[in-house]
Amino acid sequence: MANITEKLSKLFPQATIEGENTPVMTVPAAQWHDVARTLRDNVELKFDYLVTIVGMDWTENLGCIYYLMSTDADIIIGVKVLAEGERSMPVLPSVADLWNVAVTYEREVYDFFGIVFLNNPDMRRLFLNIDWKGFPLRKDYDEDPALNPVSTESERQTDFTDVYTRSDDGKIVKTPRRIFEKEEFVVNIGPQHPATHGVLRFRTAVDGETIKKIDVYCGYIHRGIEKLCETLTYPQTLHFMDRMDYFSAQNYHHALCMLYEKAAGIEISRRAQVIRVMMDELSRIASHCLFIGTYCMDLGATTMLFYTLRVREQILDIMEKTCGARMTFNYDCIGGVMQDLAPDFQDDVKALLKVLPANLKEYNDIFTGNVIARNRLEGVGHLTREDAISYGITGPSGRASGWACDMRKLQPYSIYPELDFEEVVMTEGDSMARFKCRMKEIEESAKILEQLVDNIPDGEYCVKVPKMLKLPAGSWFQVTEGCRGAFGIYLESDGSTKPYRLKLATPCLPQACVVDHITRGQKIADLITIGGSLDYIVPDIDR
Amino acid sequence: MEVTTKSMPYEAWKDNEYIEKLVKELQESGTNVVVGSLDKLINWGRSNSIWPLTFATSCCGIEFVSLGAARFDMARFGWEVARSSPRQADFMMVAGTIVHRMVPVFRRLYDQLAEPKYVIACGSCAISGGPFRKSYHVAKGIEDIVPVDVFVPGCPPRPEAMIYGIMQLSRKIKVEKFFGGVNRQEKQKEFLAAHPIEGVED
Repeated sequence: MANITEKLSKLFPQATIEGENTPVMTVPAAQWHDVARTLRDNVELKFDYLVTIVGMDWTENLGCIYYLMSTDADIIIGVKVLAEGERSMPVLPSVADLWNVAVTYEREVYDFFGIVFLNNPDMRRLFLNIDWKGFPLRKDYDEDPALNPVSTESERQTDFTDVYTRSDDGKIVKTPRRIFEKEEFVVNIGPQHPATHGVLRFRTAVDGETIKKIDVYCGYIHRGIEKLCETLTYPQTLHFMDRMDYFSAQNYHHALCMLYEKAAGIEISRRAQVIRVMMDELSRIASHCLFIGTYCMDLGATTMLFYTLRVREQILDIMEKTCGARMTFNYDCIGGVMQDLAPDFQDDVKALLKVLPANLKEYNDIFTGNVIARNRLEGVGHLTREDAISYGITGPSGRASGWACDMRKLQPYSIYPELDFEEVVMTEGDSMARFKCRMKEIEESAKILEQLVDNIPDGEYCVKVPKMLKLPAGSWFQVTEGCRGAFGIYLESDGSTKPYRLKLATPCLPQACVVDHITRGQKIADLITIGGSLDYIVPDIDR
Repeated sequence: MEVTTKSMPYEAWKDNEYIEKLVKELQESGTNVVVGSLDKLINWGRSNSIWPLTFATSCCGIEFVSLGAARFDMARFGWEVARSSPRQADFMMVAGTIVHRMVPVFRRLYDQLAEPKYVIACGSCAISGGPFRKSYHVAKGIEDIVPVDVFVPGCPPRPEAMIYGIMQLSRKIKVEKFFGGVNRQEKQKEFLAAHPIEGVED
C-alpha cells in the first residue's frame, strides 16, 4: 500500500494523500477530470473500474468521494473532490466519458445531494420524481411530508433531459436534450410486468421488433435506506441489509458487521467467522437456485421453478432452524452471530451436500442442454470484458464476460484466503455464459461448505460488545462479494452512536443500467432473456 | 348460518367475531330464497377460485413465489392461477413496500381490477410502512390508497400466514351478497366525475 501512495504522490504532487488501508487523495475540482484520465490511462496505475461515487454533505461544503479499483493490481483508492460554487448550485466535472457507469452514479448523487455534473449527458433525477422538493440526503433536508405528499395522480414525466456545460465566460449553461427522437416509437415495459423481476420500468424505443434504445426508469421501490440509517444506531442499521437484496441477506449482514468491527477494533472468534462464511455460501446456493428457477420460468420453462425451489426450501429449513426466520434472518450481529448453531446443523448441511450434485445434474439435463434453451441463450446479449469493467458489472454476470472480479479473491476477507475454491470465469459473455457461471458457482459454494462442515471450531459465537456502540471519528470503505456482485460500503463516523453517512454501493444498479447497452439492436423478446440473465434485484437497485 | 371450511374446523380460526358480524349483517339485510340460494352457489364457486394478480414489489413477493411452489402449493386451494393482467385477477396481494412513485401505478392497477375485487395487505410494509415508516419516500400503509380486506402481518409473513390470510378472504367471500351487493356496477357518470382529465370534457 505504501507503494501506491508513493506512486500517487509522485504523479500528483499538488494532491494530499491520507489513510492507511485505502488511501484517499484530495484533488481540487478544476483538476479532477485530468487527474481521473491519468488514473485510468497511466500504465502503472490503470484504475479502470469505478467502484462507486459517494456523495457527501459535510455541512459547510458538498463533495464526492470516488472509489477506484485497478483490475490488474487489485488496489482500491479513494479520490475526494469538493464541489465548487454555492450550496444552491454546486458543480463538479463529470467523468462519464471515462467510466460508463459514472453516468448513473452521477445521476444518483445529483438526486440525493443536488450536485450538478458538468458534461454529463443525462443529468436527471434517478429515483425521485422531477417535481420532488429538496435533496433528501443533504443534512438540512426538510422532511415535512406536506412538501412532498403521497399522490395518487400520475407522476409528471418529460421526454427531455438536461446537459449542463460551462460556457467560455465561466457561466453554467443548461441545455435540454431529447431522450428519444421525436419519430421514435416508445413502448413501456413495466413497472408491473411479470418478467422485469419486480417494479422496474424500461422505456423501450423500438423499430419493428428491434430495440433501438432503452431508458431504464427506476425508483419504484426506492425506500431511502441510506437516509434512514443516519437516524439509527449502529446495531439498528443492520436489519436493512436483509431487505435490500433479500437473497444476499447473510452476505450483506456479514459485510456491514465486518465493517463495524473493523472500525471499532473488535476481534471476533473463529467459530463466528466460520459460521458466517457457511451461511454466506448457503445463501449463495439458495440465491442461484432461485435465479435458475425464475429465469427458466421467464423463458417459458415453468417446471424448473419447482425443481430449484426444492433445494432452496431445504436450505431455508437449515437457516430457519438456526436463525428462526425464512428470509429476513438478522443473524449476524456486531461481535459474531445472534445465537449458536442448531444442534443438527451439521447433519442438515451434509444432507444438502449429498443431494446437491444429483439436483444440478437434473437441472442440466432438463434445461442447459435443451435445444430451445440453447437457441434462446447462446450468443444473445453479448457483453465484452472491457464493457463489463467500464459499466461496473461484477458478480457472476461480470465473470461470465471474462473479468475475474470475485471480491472473495481480490479483496480477501474473513476466512476466505484459507479456503480452497475456484473462481468461475468464462469468456463467452453471453446469456448462456451468465447462466452457466451461476450453475458452476453452486458447485464451488458446495466445495467450501464441504471443507467447513466438519471443521467448525469450538468457542464463543459472539464476543461482548458495548450495548451503545460508539465508533471513532473517521471513514472506512470496504468491498465484499454478495450473491450478485461486489457490495461496497462506505462509512463515515463523527464519533457518535449513529453513522454520519452510510453509503451502500450495490451491484444491481449498474447491472440494470447496462441493459440499454447490451440490448441495442437485439430483438424485443431477447430483452427478457438478457434482463433475466443479469439477475438484478429491484430493491437492491433502488435501496 | 355458519361459514364452514372443508379443511379446518370452525373453532380453529382465531378471529371468528368479524365473520359472525358479517353473517349477522347478511341476515339482517334479508333476501328471498331463490336469490339467497343463487348467492350461495355463486359464492361457493368464487370463494374456491380466487385468482391473484402477480404483483410484488419486494421481499414478500419471494415468499409468494414459495407459496406457488410444490411445498406450500396454493393450487390446493384454487389460487394458483396468478394473472399478470389486473383485468383477469380477483384480488391483489400487495406484497412489499409501496413508495411515492409506485402509488399512482398501484392505484391504477387497483382501478383496473374487475369488480368484485379484493386487496390483501401482506407484510408490515403494506400495512403501515413497516421498518421504512420514517422514510421520506414510503407510503405509510396502503389503507390510505385503496380499501383493504385482509391484513397479514409479518416481515415477510411466512407462507403459512399467507395461506391463512387468503383463506380468511375466501371466508369473507362466502358471506357476501353477490346480487346487488359486491357485484355493483359503477355508474359511468360517477366514475368520470371521480377521475377528471385535464382539458377533456366528458
